[in-house]
Amino acid sequence: MNLELRHIEKRFGPTVANRDISLLVESGSIHAVLGENGAGKSTLMKIISGFIAPDAGEVLMGGDRLPPGSPHHSAAAGIGMLHQDPLVFLPMTMLDNAMLGSDRNTRTAAEELADVADRLGFHFRPDVPAGRLSVGARQQHEMIRLLWLGVRVLILDEPTTGITEAQREQLFAALRTLAGEGLIVLFVSHKLEEVAELCDRVTVLRHGLVAGETELPTPPLRLVEMMFGRSVEPVARKRIPPGEVVLDIDRLEMAEAGVGAGPISIGVRRGEALGLAGLEGSGQRLLLRACAGRLRPASGRVLFEGADPVTRSDKIHYVPAGRLEEGLIPGLTVTEHLELTAPDDSFTIDWGEAEERAGSVIAAYQISGTPETLADVLSGGNQQRLMLAMAPDNARLLLLEQPTRGLDLESARWVWSELDRRRSAGATVVFTSSDLDELVAQSDRIAVFFAGEVVGVVESSTATTSELGHLIGGLAPGVSS
Amino acid sequence: MSRVVRLALPVVAALAVGAVLLALSGVSPSEAVGLVWEGAFGSAAKVSDTLMSWVPLVLAASGLVVTFTAGLWNIGVEGQIVAGAIAATWVARSLPGPGWVVVPAALLAALAGGVAWALLAGLLRTRGGVNEIFGGLGLDFVAAGLAVYLILGPWQRQGVASTSGTDVFRVQAWLPTLPNLRLSPLAIGIALAGLIGVGLLLRGTRPGLRLRAVGGNPASALVLGIPTERYLLGAFALCGALAGLAGAVQATGFHHKLVPAVSGGYGFLGILVVLLAGFRTVWIGPLALVFVAVAAGGTQLQLRLNVDSSLSGVVLGVGVLVALLLGARGAKEAPPLVEEP
Amino acid sequence: MEAAFASIIAAATPLVFAAVGETITERSGVVNLGVEGSLMLSAMTGFAVAVTTGSTLLGFVAAALVSMAAAGVVAFAGVRLGVSQIAVGFVLTILAIDLSDYLGAPFVGLAGPGVPSLSIPVLSEIPVLGPVLFSQNIVVYASYLLIVGAVLFLYSTRSGLALRGVGERPEAAFARGVHVTRSRILATIAGGALVGVAGAAFSLDVKLGWREGLTANFGWIALAIVIFGGWNPMRAAFGAYLFGVLQVVALRLQPVLPGLSQVLPLLPFPLMILTLVLINRPWLRRLTERNPALRFLVAGPAPSALGRPFHPD
Repeated sequence: MNLELRHIEKRFGPTVANRDISLLVESGSIHAVLGENGAGKSTLMKIISGFIAPDAGEVLMGGDRLPPGSPHHSAAAGIGMLHQDPLVFLPMTMLDNAMLGSDRNTRTAAEELADVADRLGFHFRPDVPAGRLSVGARQQHEMIRLLWLGVRVLILDEPTTGITEAQREQLFAALRTLAGEGLIVLFVSHKLEEVAELCDRVTVLRHGLVAGETELPTPPLRLVEMMFGRSVEPVARKRIPPGEVVLDIDRLEMAEAGVGAGPISIGVRRGEALGLAGLEGSGQRLLLRACAGRLRPASGRVLFEGADPVTRSDKIHYVPAGRLEEGLIPGLTVTEHLELTAPDDSFTIDWGEAEERAGSVIAAYQISGTPETLADVLSGGNQQRLMLAMAPDNARLLLLEQPTRGLDLESARWVWSELDRRRSAGATVVFTSSDLDELVAQSDRIAVFFAGEVVGVVESSTATTSELGHLIGGLAPGVSS
Repeated sequence: MSRVVRLALPVVAALAVGAVLLALSGVSPSEAVGLVWEGAFGSAAKVSDTLMSWVPLVLAASGLVVTFTAGLWNIGVEGQIVAGAIAATWVARSLPGPGWVVVPAALLAALAGGVAWALLAGLLRTRGGVNEIFGGLGLDFVAAGLAVYLILGPWQRQGVASTSGTDVFRVQAWLPTLPNLRLSPLAIGIALAGLIGVGLLLRGTRPGLRLRAVGGNPASALVLGIPTERYLLGAFALCGALAGLAGAVQATGFHHKLVPAVSGGYGFLGILVVLLAGFRTVWIGPLALVFVAVAAGGTQLQLRLNVDSSLSGVVLGVGVLVALLLGARGAKEAPPLVEEP
Repeated sequence: MEAAFASIIAAATPLVFAAVGETITERSGVVNLGVEGSLMLSAMTGFAVAVTTGSTLLGFVAAALVSMAAAGVVAFAGVRLGVSQIAVGFVLTILAIDLSDYLGAPFVGLAGPGVPSLSIPVLSEIPVLGPVLFSQNIVVYASYLLIVGAVLFLYSTRSGLALRGVGERPEAAFARGVHVTRSRILATIAGGALVGVAGAAFSLDVKLGWREGLTANFGWIALAIVIFGGWNPMRAAFGAYLFGVLQVVALRLQPVLPGLSQVLPLLPFPLMILTLVLINRPWLRRLTERNPALRFLVAGPAPSALGRPFHPD
């Protein structure tokens, strides 16, 4: 019984999450869906499982069209999804978790669930509340539940985040068993090595589109290229003779929510652009936030201009990736956003002047909006321009997370020229990116992260995308695969 | 839906319900409208009484705009009014001296009392993890209980303790009024200062802008380096200060003693006003005037036609409810109970 | 002594209905802040209908319907229109109180029918328990059934399990095929019906008659008891009876300590705050996880999605 997607489209406001995605998966195969965060993987999986309805296109199971946006019908058709954060009810026992929404007989359920668990090499604990189990164990219980309900398509969304190595091995063994029994496994990941280890076929998504589909095994470099793409002729970066070291990172170790990174040591010079490369979640975001003074180091130190970043907050500006989540404020206008970070510290605000200033910033930063436009109704590119414009002119360290994600070419070019201007004026730039060409073109040096560590710092003048691709994939440079 | 409909429908619905209820009681609605006007503005004394109930409502509503802006449901505003009234009563009862000493001291004490009660709700929220709706509701009743306890216990009337209140304050502790009227220019001044002050703070100052950022998106505000906890507590404190002043006006300007229901319900009524007005302080004054005028008119209807005075509350409630259902500004700006993850 | 306990049970009965009703509503993730107003409006309606028709049964039915309609407004506005539940519930409370004052004015002070007592044969003969629990009336017996029924519903039926899931994590319930919006609306209206019965129980049984402010603050107290009860119907009922004890103690203290006796009935509110502070303490949660026997003593945590709107997108 095959699973087929035809021309799936989904937008969220101005953002296109899925564009014309078609896919055919045959029973008995483990099919990977690979892509960076924001590539549209999760949206696509939620559409398949009926959690959200597509704007256009259809999902077919064994040739039958499924009603859109109905988890009820998708489940009845045998589609089950294991969400990245397993959708369990923490205070409830695992047996209650399994019974919720099912129409199976309660009396025999525990025994049946234990049988399914045995088949997978897992252990089902009916009386333990979900909240007392590890993420990995919750995931195993969810899988047991879905198989007990008789799913024929099992979707796993980033199942290896937050579980132990042993749990991962158990999981992969179980998935191979299931595929052998004729199930379809859709394995969503941004981790190359896992996809290579487990899957038969892979579809790569980028910017909501299918960037390619291929049989496995395939050289990892090809997958990296499909994931990160090649943008059309990157803009030339302005060379600025770097000054003295201003950002001094020394044996820095960081940890947050069970994810750690480090030790990292690197010095960044005035006027320099340092790119942080790596698969997402490899430690880049932790480093940016530690430099911004938003995350206390677990050990080691960060100094900016010889001082703790916390005391330098007026000189450091952090631009997060989630524009509406942690960057901008819904309900406030462009002018108000600019005033929030204005260096002016007077008690009162002269809105006439502020609007005039905003008007000139809007012109300089080519934001298509007026001073009174609410930030939340701007398009993504314009929100990014606004966030850059909010960095005060006297900011000497700019920390940017994915500064061009989701932007059209024109906006991306503009972002880089603005950062060049800032660097010419003496600012230092540290940024993350999921685009190899962009990293090579826009950095002086690139620090490559893998599994929480910096596995290499390369000069961009001599770096090649293929060398970077090797490092990012956790492979020794120069080894052909 | 057009703007006109959104603005007109609540008024039409409120008036229609009022008319139907009046008709049920056998009263002609047109006669009632005349009496409402007369009750609220029919004479200098009526105007002065209406304005004196406008004062605490405006103070409470002004304070609530601040907490709403910060993304907080300050249901505890009633208790903050009571705390202010208790503090003012304490000064009025214990501080000797002339009026120009006692009255400012009572007002300041009320302000401090309101701030303290509001900070309690604030700390319960920021440190204790207690949602301010439940924390505030609980503190409302604790304050009410404290007032009753004081009235029946330590501050009981000479002779026999009674829930009708404490002894009347000595005249020096009364808010000074115009001759032969209950109108206190000082009270009006305080209300206007509070209203305009809040309007200027939120629209024209940097702390006001930051507070709006905290209410709009706490995560972004934190990334921008705004100390969100301090701003949340500041919003509570400011609302508490204005509510406390409202309590002082009630105790020293209206009742001239502490009574159990000293808040007069102006805190909860203030929430209705702000739900209608959204964050636009300019609307607070006029809306509050409509509210107190309708309430005064309701009393007049009861006196003259023996129609229960609760009619005014029904009319206002229907208006606010319909406005909310039509998506009044305040309905959208009202903070959720729990942030979406 | 037996008589005192019997009167406590009787006096607490309306609160049992209201607190259990609101517990069911909140278990679905909706807060109905209109309880205070609904209680008043249904007390008035129940009495007015009973006086007019001479039937207490019709009084109870009318009270339940009125309160269901009010809850329906909260549910529809909050769950379907996406208007703040808090705002609508709050406004509804204020509106309903004034409306009951206005419409109830002609009924103030009238003598009306009440619920007749009805001792249960055999059971009422049991020493101590018989006179306390089983020499009451049908409303009180219904409240026993409600407590047992609500516990069975929430903890032993598929629908109850699904309802708890909806209030705990609506997206997970939705992914399991549960109709989140429908469940929330139904739970809110069902809770409203029980609040309506509570209102009628006041005016047709416990307080016999109608006057302004007949049930003043009892709705807020019910909300506090829901929290004190840790969103468990059994504990909520226990809280309601505890409040009944408090009322009797206050009444006895009236001549001795008049101040205290007025203040004592407000004790549920500081207790509610204390409960909320405690359930957020990690050490307490760890303690109950290690010793499940303590779980009934310590209030459970709030439904995680309480007051949070749900949109699948």
